[in-house]
Amino acid sequence: MLRKLALGTALGALAAGGALAQDIDVKLGVLNDRSGVYADLSGEGSVVAARMAVEDFKAAEKGLNVEVISADHQNKPDVGSNIARQWYDQDGVDVIVDVPTSSVALAVAQITADKNKIFLASGPGSTELTREQCQPTTIHWTYDTAALANGTGKAVTDAGGEKWFFLTADYAFGHSLEENTARVVKENGGEVVGSVDVPFPATDFSSFLLQAQSSGADVIGLANAGGDTINAIKQASEFGITQAGQKLAGLLIFINDIHALGAQTAQGLQMTSAFYWDTNDATRDWSARFEEQMDKKPSMVHAGVYSAVMDFLAAVEATGTTDGDQVAAWMKQNPYEDALMGKVQVRGDGRAVHDMYLFEVKTPEESEGEWDLLKQVSTIPGDQAFLPMLDECDFTKE
Amino acid sequence: MTISNSGIATPSAQRAGMPLLHKVIFLVLLAFLVVLPFLVYPVFAMKLMCFALFAAAFNLLLGFGGLLSFGHAAFFGSASYVAAHAAKVWGLTPELAVLSGTVAAAFLGLVIGALAIRRQGIYFAMVTLAFAQMVYFVALQAQFTGGEDGIQSVPRGALFGLISLRDNISLYFFVLAVTFGGILMLYRIVHSPFGQVLHAIRENEPRAISLGYNVNRYKLMVFTLSATFSGLAGATKAQVFQLASLTDVHWTMSGEVVLMTLLGGMGTVFGPLVGAAIIVTMQNYLATFGAWVTVIQGVIFVIGVMLFREGVVGVIARWIKRPL
Repeated sequence: MLRKLALGTALGALAAGGALAQDIDVKLGVLNDRSGVYADLSGEGSVVAARMAVEDFKAAEKGLNVEVISADHQNKPDVGSNIARQWYDQDGVDVIVDVPTSSVALAVAQITADKNKIFLASGPGSTELTREQCQPTTIHWTYDTAALANGTGKAVTDAGGEKWFFLTADYAFGHSLEENTARVVKENGGEVVGSVDVPFPATDFSSFLLQAQSSGADVIGLANAGGDTINAIKQASEFGITQAGQKLAGLLIFINDIHALGAQTAQGLQMTSAFYWDTNDATRDWSARFEEQMDKKPSMVHAGVYSAVMDFLAAVEATGTTDGDQVAAWMKQNPYEDALMGKVQVRGDGRAVHDMYLFEVKTPEESEGEWDLLKQVSTIPGDQAFLPMLDECDFTKE
Repeated sequence: MTISNSGIATPSAQRAGMPLLHKVIFLVLLAFLVVLPFLVYPVFAMKLMCFALFAAAFNLLLGFGGLLSFGHAAFFGSASYVAAHAAKVWGLTPELAVLSGTVAAAFLGLVIGALAIRRQGIYFAMVTLAFAQMVYFVALQAQFTGGEDGIQSVPRGALFGLISLRDNISLYFFVLAVTFGGILMLYRIVHSPFGQVLHAIRENEPRAISLGYNVNRYKLMVFTLSATFSGLAGATKAQVFQLASLTDVHWTMSGEVVLMTLLGGMGTVFGPLVGAAIIVTMQNYLATFGAWVTVIQGVIFVIGVMLFREGVVGVIARWIKRPL
């Protein structure tokens, strides 16, 4: 142990030319789904993104000995919370990254606050993380369901899609997604002509799609997620709904889902994202590096992991500690900017505020390659995309 | 005829109380469990014990009652929801929260059992699965369960309002007392006259009826008891992880407990404990392998079915020619 430490210090001193040798050990734990429905969206890709951040930050030169470990929470809160506790108590992990599936994320957020560590949430979508169940050391980085619903709801209504019909997954998540979006639609002068609750999970959407088709709506809002969304889009394509002029709006859908569906099936679908690989040269370069290791383009969750880890490492370097409260306070005080997420400001409640973008899925004629899937329709400024902060969740004021 | 004999004490051993071998194993197990939290991570050890109790409760129904339920997650999960709600919203102390969860599971077991035992074999399994899916639906839709987020941040509280359980080690000994006590009670039930009647019903139901036993009443009792102890395990788990979630009521949980029981040895006293230990340890220590966990779990199950159908403990019991 002593020898390792001495060696590490010697190496650090060599690298830094003896100028400064802070020598802080930082252990990053990437906890996500590596075998189930979110494995594509987060999974190993998030580990790769975290490693890329450590590399690009030049952590070793700055005296930070960063180690990245990972585990599969199997989308089970008890498995996830067991790993999180073990990581903090025994393995000396300083920060947990990613954690899709809101039930696991909420459990991890609570444990992280108890142990005064940092939780960089990129994978989960639940707004509860920064609202009803907010915690001082949770940084909710990439997106949340309200931002996606807000973004799509507002942008689509503004673009002329005024009459909405909702297909809602019949459970708490689906209803809150519908409620959020319907509110935005009405605020922007649109109207909701109807909605139908679809049992969850569903494979047959035909009768619901027929209702939507005959409702005379311009837009069919899909207030569901994962397999339900994919099934609904597939069947809508079979019914020729988009070809007949009605638009589909995905309220929680990711690039991986679009890739799986293909441009032929998903064409014309509108969706909100925090990141798309083909936005500019910097995102293309970064995504190419990612693709070398993963054989696929990154999702916004991967990009979010990268940015969040960069900001976290900057905070550790600046404060010289991995103490949860101090690092969180620094991250909330100092804005962050990079090519992937643009300007990012972390609010007092831990919500990272940045611009979101509305995309439309290209038609097969427009698409020039397997991953050439989206075209940008508009930008949604950060202050409009996310829900306002709750006063009791502002941890920066004492 | 070792198989039909395994797991049930011979009448002579019955009269003398617990056979010496079982006494020794229980004592060694207890000694091992006392030092376990100092060897491995306590939360992991607690999870292991909760699942051991769950599998043992399930084994009471499958191994000793001969009834394959495919809906035991309903009792495990509903108890964990009720216990979590009791501790968080009603502010009950841990022992009362666990008790209320257990009572809820017992009641649910009585209702579901009364309807399910009218059918046998695959129909029985399907009826229990159907009820479990209904419970899952309620957990997904009801207000107090928090939908897919579950009930989070359940306080661990203080035992009897006096001893704080925030510390992992003190909670561990609370969980040890509950689960070990539960397993001993299950052992007592199996080796009581009631257990003997169950054995008779499992082996030859028409003969048990002809002997004048009210078979359905026995079946309902064993179903309710199994549900109660499953509930005890689920309620305790909610305290350990400070959460109750859909995982606990999902049908995969019902499948997992079947897997644990079969792998360890159905109809043996110690089999379910071993099976639970194998599965939980795998899930925990193989978590870093990601997708491979489920693959490895599947391979082990296939090996188990091909090579030792009586389960790990069943095979050992056959070797040493003693019921375990």
